[in-house]
Amino acid sequence: MGRMIGILVVSLAVVLGVNWFLDSYIDQYVVRVINMCGISIILAVSLNVINGLCGQFSLGHAGFMAIGAYVSAWFTTTLRYFDEAQAKYVAIEPMFSSQWGFVPALIVGGIAAAIAGAVVGIPTLRLKGDYLAIATLGFGEIVTIMITNFETIGGANGLPGLPAYSNTFWIFAFVVIVVMFSWYLQRSTFGRALIAIRENELAAEVMGISASRMKVMAFIYGAFFAGIAGGLLGHLLQTISPATFNFMKSIEVVVMLVLGGLGSMTGAIVGAIVLTALPEALRDVESEIGLVGVRMVAYALVLILLMIFRPQGIFGQKELSLKLLGRLIPGRKSGNAGGEE
Amino acid sequence: MTSLLATEDLTIRFGGLTAVDGFCLKVHEGELFGLIGPNGAGKTTVFNMLTGVYLPSEGTVHCDGRLVNGMNPVQVARLGVSRTFQNIRLFDELSVLENAMTGAHQHSKINLFDSLFRTPRHYREEKRQRDIAYRLLEFMGLEDRAGLAAKQLPYGHRRKLEIARALATEPKLICLDEPAAGMNTGEKAELSALIRKIRDELKVTVLLIEHDMKLVMGICERIQVLDYGKTIALGTPKEIQNDPKVIEAYLGGE
Ligand SMILES: Nc1ncnc2c1ncn2[C@@H]1O[C@H](COP(=O)(O)OP(=O)(O)OP(=O)(O)O)[C@@H](O)[C@H]1O
Ligand SMILES: [Mg+2]
Repeated sequence: MGRMIGILVVSLAVVLGVNWFLDSYIDQYVVRVINMCGISIILAVSLNVINGLCGQFSLGHAGFMAIGAYVSAWFTTTLRYFDEAQAKYVAIEPMFSSQWGFVPALIVGGIAAAIAGAVVGIPTLRLKGDYLAIATLGFGEIVTIMITNFETIGGANGLPGLPAYSNTFWIFAFVVIVVMFSWYLQRSTFGRALIAIRENELAAEVMGISASRMKVMAFIYGAFFAGIAGGLLGHLLQTISPATFNFMKSIEVVVMLVLGGLGSMTGAIVGAIVLTALPEALRDVESEIGLVGVRMVAYALVLILLMIFRPQGIFGQKELSLKLLGRLIPGRKSGNAGGEE
Repeated sequence: MTSLLATEDLTIRFGGLTAVDGFCLKVHEGELFGLIGPNGAGKTTVFNMLTGVYLPSEGTVHCDGRLVNGMNPVQVARLGVSRTFQNIRLFDELSVLENAMTGAHQHSKINLFDSLFRTPRHYREEKRQRDIAYRLLEFMGLEDRAGLAAKQLPYGHRRKLEIARALATEPKLICLDEPAAGMNTGEKAELSALIRKIRDELKVTVLLIEHDMKLVMGICERIQVLDYGKTIALGTPKEIQNDPKVIEAYLGGE
């Protein structure tokens, strides 16, 4: 535990330093891309616990994000509703009206999403594979439809005026937390239990591992951080609408995982960065050569090539380690005995 | 002697097929008991009913005096019944050691926060699981393979790892479903010694399904024979070997 706190403090200090550096010296557009990468990392790493470790194919991540975004906005943003009696819009002042309220608001958003995670997790326990994917997709759609019909939070038009509380520091503070927790989770009896369920559910149950409990736990964990990511995104974009969290967002996160290698946290991080930064990099190329749309073609091409040449994703299920690096660097003989096929 | 496991008129039907019919079994504590029969006799189906995988259509299963049917596999595991599978079911992507450690998961008393915040309880639990797993890998002769991924193990070792994993649940009763299948003569001899040691040293009662007659007759104290879901004989290896019904079932069956 002492070591954990040490790592956390050092990492947060580094994040603080990086935040200052980016703010002072780097172009705001680049900073924005970096921030978006951070949010993608939180999404991909948390979804990896559900889809990668536990093997439950969920397409509900955008729904959890939406809940986190709107619930946290509820605490930080001035809401307006139309009062019939006075025949005019009435403002509701936010509960937390300073920067100090941001983290509590994010956490409340995360908790709301986690509760939704339990609510989705329990009834979908009996579903597997495609059926689970469809049910979780349905959950995401229900969330966006409910938001659309809720005028106080902007309905279909979206909710403007979220304070710009998100910055590189907060985003990467949560990146550090989710990466650290997920790593610790993966390397614990709970992580092994999740992988056991993915590898062979019947054998896991016969060993006394309750698949239903572990699956709900995975959903709660993943949903919590998706909710946090939603809140961070909301306070970065400053305007959120149901369309921000439609099912394409869920699919985007799944694609990040598949690109990096389902089940590998390192893969999730790399996938998140590549798929967030690549479209931006290609945007420049696009304007350079004056061919609009090349971006999406190139994006699709990358995915198709990957599926052909490396269907298990960049990392497979491996984690980036010194051993793996040693093997990747040409000319350096790997001293690892267990790795041969 | 008290019976650790007792079934009464156990019956299961799949559509029109009665796979197991009025099956009665009494396994005493500390016994090494064999369950044999031709292919498709219903042996694996009996294991599935004993471990909560299938719900019997009729009849009861009692373990240690408690009613087992109606329990799910997790509850049965808690009760102290563990098993291996005829078609090996390991956690391929986990290491050999981690596979064995999953058996010890059910006795862990820590919660998720202990692991996320790396509390002393987390480290104590990891050590407990690692110690149990190592001890059983050593017992099964797999300790120098501990770091390999389970999928890298050769066939005979995979079967042994399944046994180690089942033993890591610290069961009272272990059900082995054809543990010698696919092993060569040398491996089989080693395995029968190990099964004896499981009972003698670890004090775990063993219920064994096995097609290799030499192995079964060599180590079991009592044997029950199933054919088409029905018990056709029960007795000591000697009695079974000379039973005309058993000879008939094996010779006429295939
Ligand atoms: N889930 C199921 N659905 C339908 N039929 C089943 C099911 N499980 C088992 N059976 C049938 O029950 C019968 C007994 O099967 P079981 O696997 O128990 O035999 P076994 O004695 O273990 O045979 P073997 O020695 O080949 O392993 C077979 O006819 C099998 O097809
Ligand atoms: Mg069988």
